[in-house]
Amino acid sequence: MKLSKHGYFYLIWMAIFIAIPLFMVAYLAFTSGDSQSISLANFSLENFKRFFTPMYLEVLKKSIQLAFISTIICFLLGYPVAYIISKAKLKNRNILILLFVIPMWMNFLLRTYAWLTLLGKNGIINLLITKLGFQPLDLLYNDTAVLLGMVYNFLPFMVLPIFSVLTKMDNSLIEASWDLGANKLKTFLKVIFPLSLPGVLSGVTMVFIPAVSTFVISSLLGGNKTYLIGNLIEQQFRYTGDWHFGSAMSIILMVFILISMALTSKFDKDKEGDVSGLW
Amino acid sequence: MVTKHLSRIYTALIFVFLYAPIVVLIIFSFNDSKSRGNWNGFTIKWYIELFKNKEILRSLYYTLIIAITSSLVSTIMGTFAAIGIYDMKGFTKKFALNLNYLPVLNPDIVTAVSFMVLFKMAKLELGIITIILAHITFCTPYVILSVLPKLKQMNKHLAEAALDLGATPFYAIRKVIIPQIMPGIVTGALLAFTLSIDDFVISFFTAGKGVSNLSIMIYSMARRGINPVINALSTLMFLTLMGLLLIIYKRSEKEEEKAIEK
Repeated sequence: MKLSKHGYFYLIWMAIFIAIPLFMVAYLAFTSGDSQSISLANFSLENFKRFFTPMYLEVLKKSIQLAFISTIICFLLGYPVAYIISKAKLKNRNILILLFVIPMWMNFLLRTYAWLTLLGKNGIINLLITKLGFQPLDLLYNDTAVLLGMVYNFLPFMVLPIFSVLTKMDNSLIEASWDLGANKLKTFLKVIFPLSLPGVLSGVTMVFIPAVSTFVISSLLGGNKTYLIGNLIEQQFRYTGDWHFGSAMSIILMVFILISMALTSKFDKDKEGDVSGLW
Repeated sequence: MVTKHLSRIYTALIFVFLYAPIVVLIIFSFNDSKSRGNWNGFTIKWYIELFKNKEILRSLYYTLIIAITSSLVSTIMGTFAAIGIYDMKGFTKKFALNLNYLPVLNPDIVTAVSFMVLFKMAKLELGIITIILAHITFCTPYVILSVLPKLKQMNKHLAEAALDLGATPFYAIRKVIIPQIMPGIVTGALLAFTLSIDDFVISFFTAGKGVSNLSIMIYSMARRGINPVINALSTLMFLTLMGLLLIIYKRSEKEEEKAIEK
């Protein structure tokens, strides 16, 4: 039976709504002129030249920095939790992992906004601090607040894939390691962790990509002080109206992510080769 | 023993971190003050005001219409597309899978911006239609990704047997293939609905002046302070979903008991 014909409608749909628009963005990125009409645009590298100046590069650097740190924090916080939950009894395990999904049912803008109530000058955390007799802290509208917002929003994306790899792991491999005399730590480092790397890698990509491109978290929790590349793109398309420059930045962001993903998957293969080499 | 307690405390702390803002939000929906800073006593006036606030109710209506339409369309299109891709071979299959991954891996904002460019170039006026088109496009890949694994697990010979016994291809899909991949379709549909209802970035760039869903409304309110009515609304939505989940959980528990009794 010829089933493949059912896929062609979708391919056409995706060509119209995903592929062609991306080409249009690329076209806008390499041209200059009136943003609203294609025909009047002429080829130029002006947008890229403009981006590769210290002011904009600083923004890109900061976006990458914050995304990188938040990915590491998510990993450090998330791996132990995924591990603990994967070791829980089957019934508890399902409920515990569900508890990671439930917060996502509340609008993520609102959940992020709720941190203002917790972190603000007269917020709940500062209230507790002053009750204890300390000076209130400036918790809001700085990079740390943005980091916290990123970790808060994207932590489940790290926990879920690691958890799913850990629960599917072949238990007999772990038992074999114990039988062969490895202690718990050695078993973890040599067997469990290497086997869970695919989960870690998908967690890392699922945290890093939204973190590096966000503009919501930085504008809610960072005030005007933390300006990320997402904010720059938003500004060009929604307010300034310079679509050529906005498109150029979108292309740069996309290419950067594609390159870093290619590197991670290469690193994954190298690592696997190394581990098997050691054995 | 010590590690067991430590891991319990650690897990509990993580959950406190995840749920603190939600608890704060629910508590402050009963706060008798417009500012989010201080507690002025208990009230349910925001819940009453919610049903009078036309602007918020309209956004809720748009949010639901968009989520229902786009999850419905993307579930149907995604299921057929997955069946098609499953049967494709060689380069076409690889191409289709990569095209499918593009919106999943691309940052939201890039996808959103490219929709905006497309709609502007095609001279489509931004509004509810453009939002729905965009939502269908970014939800369908997730439906396909949930259905494809089920297709791989499926027994291929059953569909062939149905055809040999005289079923038309469409009848075979409806009666033999779809029942086997149903769990994947349901997961995909739920995922699409959740993604659509929670989306902000795609909607923000594809919505026109007159149309706004809840996310867009919240974002525009955030600068001048969010109306506590929104807190009341999201508390209600959250509790409804929790209630539904509890019912599903109780039901599946009962079915399990029945299965054991048999």
